[in-house]
Amino acid sequence: MADQLDTAALEAWTREFARSIAAHKEELTELDSAIGDADHGTNMDRGMTAALAALDATPPADPAALLKAVAMAMISKVGGTSGPLYGTFFLRMSGAVGDGSPAAFAAAFRAGVDGVVARGKAELEDKTMVDALLPAAEALSAAVDAGEPLDEALGAAADAAAKGRDSVTPLVARKGRASYLGERSADHVDPGAASAVLLVEAAATALGQG
Amino acid sequence: MAEVGLVVVSHSRPLADAAVELARQMLPGRQQAIEVAAGTDDGGLGTDAVAISAAITAADSGDGVVVLMDLGSAVMSAETALEFLDDDLRARVVLSPAPLVEGLVGAAVVAAGGADRARVAAEAALGLAPKRAHLG
Repeated sequence: MADQLDTAALEAWTREFARSIAAHKEELTELDSAIGDADHGTNMDRGMTAALAALDATPPADPAALLKAVAMAMISKVGGTSGPLYGTFFLRMSGAVGDGSPAAFAAAFRAGVDGVVARGKAELEDKTMVDALLPAAEALSAAVDAGEPLDEALGAAADAAAKGRDSVTPLVARKGRASYLGERSADHVDPGAASAVLLVEAAATALGQG
Repeated sequence: MAEVGLVVVSHSRPLADAAVELARQMLPGRQQAIEVAAGTDDGGLGTDAVAISAAITAADSGDGVVVLMDLGSAVMSAETALEFLDDDLRARVVLSPAPLVEGLVGAAVVAAGGADRARVAAEAALGLAPKRAHLG
């Protein structure tokens, strides 16, 4: 388990997230074809592929540079709303990188989630990625504050994200393209919440083990 | 006389170019900076905040820029683009809530006539008024 969340650890998280997005690309696009514009998987995969290319082209010197490189790739290459949203997440994390301790990581993650909330102006139960990310940030901070080891804290965050995603599946979407569908958006998994769960699960996989 | 620049942000490059063509039809023989940031770089549908910040920079000649957008990510990408501008320029940019086509045509006419930024933005925001009045 990584006890120091350094550049290499965060790069492993980025690569695991990119791998997971590629593996779930069709599934995410299928979710988005039900209640959106059918491009979420393709868009996220294009963004994360560009992020890895940027890391390969210019190996980042420190965690802040790494997170910023991922942010700029997402902002520039995703094309859809998840571009500025995930981009802002990584940008705010980049600005809040601390000493590499689990507590600093939890605080930076929280700063990223706060950035997504500010950018998208979504609230809980609007049926967006916020419904997965906010519970994850809270679970992560609570577990780290309680002195739990990082693998357990990230596992709790991933569980909270999945629970948040599932809790809004029955709801009517109030933000984004899905909100154009009104009642027809109910009883569908939100694609943004689904990809946000993959982000947190990738952290649990890449940072919580080894 | 003010020279306010305009930026068109759209998911679609053809949609943005056509909107600009429609607006320029109202400006025969007149100069007006209208920059486009639209589509993904592989020709698909999408918006790019880095391209938008470059378009804003190109459209500004010191009197500021009014940005017209289509929907969804166009708005959030434009907001994100503001983060990449220096403070001076950012203070001269207005993101318009106007509908893209109607707002652009209205804004282009008054901007080409030398109106200042607030006036151009106000004209864009009135873009739906003629249609509303006509349809009752």
